[in-house]
Amino acid sequence: MSGAAMLTNLRVVRALGLRSIRQTFRRPQLIAPIIIFPTLLLAIQTGGAAAAVELPGFPEVQSFLQFMLAGAMMQSMMLAGNSGGIALAVDIEMGFVDRLFSAPIPRFAIVLGRLAGTAALGLFAALWFLAIGLIFGAEIEGGVAGALISVALITAAALAVGGLGAAIALRTGSASVVQGLFPLVLVLLFLSSAFFPEELMIEPAKTIAAYNPLSFVVEGVREPIIAGIDATDTLAAVLAILGIVLAGLLLSAAALRHRLRVG
Amino acid sequence: MEAAATLPSWRVNLATIGALMARSKNELLRVPGAAIPGVLAPTIFFLGLNGVFGALTQLNGFTTGSYEAFIVPVSMLQGAGFTGAAAGVNLARDLEGGWVDRLLVSPAPRWVLLAGTVLSASARALIPATFVLAIAFVLGADWPGFDGLLIAYLLVAAMAAVGACWGSFLALRAKSQSAAPLMQTGMMALTLLTPAYAPLALLAGWLHAVAEVNPATQVLEAARQGFVGSVTWADTWPGLVAVAGLLVVIGALALREMRRTAA
Repeated sequence: MSGAAMLTNLRVVRALGLRSIRQTFRRPQLIAPIIIFPTLLLAIQTGGAAAAVELPGFPEVQSFLQFMLAGAMMQSMMLAGNSGGIALAVDIEMGFVDRLFSAPIPRFAIVLGRLAGTAALGLFAALWFLAIGLIFGAEIEGGVAGALISVALITAAALAVGGLGAAIALRTGSASVVQGLFPLVLVLLFLSSAFFPEELMIEPAKTIAAYNPLSFVVEGVREPIIAGIDATDTLAAVLAILGIVLAGLLLSAAALRHRLRVG
Repeated sequence: MEAAATLPSWRVNLATIGALMARSKNELLRVPGAAIPGVLAPTIFFLGLNGVFGALTQLNGFTTGSYEAFIVPVSMLQGAGFTGAAAGVNLARDLEGGWVDRLLVSPAPRWVLLAGTVLSASARALIPATFVLAIAFVLGADWPGFDGLLIAYLLVAAMAAVGACWGSFLALRAKSQSAAPLMQTGMMALTLLTPAYAPLALLAGWLHAVAEVNPATQVLEAARQGFVGSVTWADTWPGLVAVAGLLVVIGALALREMRRTAA
């Protein structure tokens, strides 16, 4: 691919990414689940289960809010991925994707544009919850570098999860089917260490959380906030994200082929 | 025709409410999948919260060692809130589709039209409540006694009515399904800004203050009493008064919007 062609593709990705961000902020039904719902749940859980830090075996933390920040970011990021899938499915239902398919742009740029928008929402979510944490007194033990690692991991994870949402949207072409995955997002989160230390969870959730890739991501995001930068946790999170990216890429490619075949 | 004209107005109104409830029942029978989200969300929350926060019962202040028993009334009321809010979404859909316009030009009083929506929601809320309760019993929640169960179901139906009034108020005001997130979030906040996750004494300062003045706290405590102890009139009447108050206030808002809505 020549430099000029790559530049054109980047412009397409940027334009579609900006469109998806604007679309999300203009529609309350898209932004509410990404920001309002996790913020409300963060407030309720930190207020309702604040005494959990007194449980024997709970990690050393400044407050339950500090512990929960990573979980809230994860929830918001997962819902951003789901919302990205819904928006892509709506574009398919409305015929917008068909028009993009007939334009002289590479197909991957169409999906990448949507994913760029989802990643930007992930970035926004990470910054939003970091700001909330700082405003309400949570300290970031890893300092600026730790905060940057957490934000980068959430942004990358949003891109990865968005790939899975895009694959399902391309395969089904139905917004209601992608919307129906919303409960699954919650199931996956509850079956990870997003909201509570894995060692204190009840079986079978505890065992499932030990193998859930989201647990690796959340620990990588949480460690710089509650303790400091830990290379092992960060690496495990990066590997888990790469695994999800790979799955998303393979599924998206297959779904894109299917969409082009069925029209 | 002549016979219908001579029927007393209360019987005509009752028949209209019955017809609107039958329409809601038909919706459920013809599209059973439509009930799934309302059942799934509280079930996921119940299983998820139980798996994640189950260890909280080790804290001093819990009157039961079974978190299933502690949390099941929350999930039942949450299901009622979701079902009630869904009635608002359906009303918004009917407004967008023009169905409500046809109802408004009929001779049926506005309160009758609202009552049809609200009572349908109350009846439908018994489905997720029963589903969650069955799962709780399977997981080992204690039998709340016949009186405890009756009070819990009564409050579930009443909270669904509150949710339906809230949803209808927003639907009639916004005349668009885009108000759906506000309907769901409002009911979620009402239900969870209570001693939902832990007893009142263990809640963090701000949530403790909010829960103390939130009428839904009394509703939850009344619904929970049979599951975590014995049923007493002292724990029952505040819940009944609180839910009646919520119904009067939010019902009046919904009725005012219904009266303002022109065909």
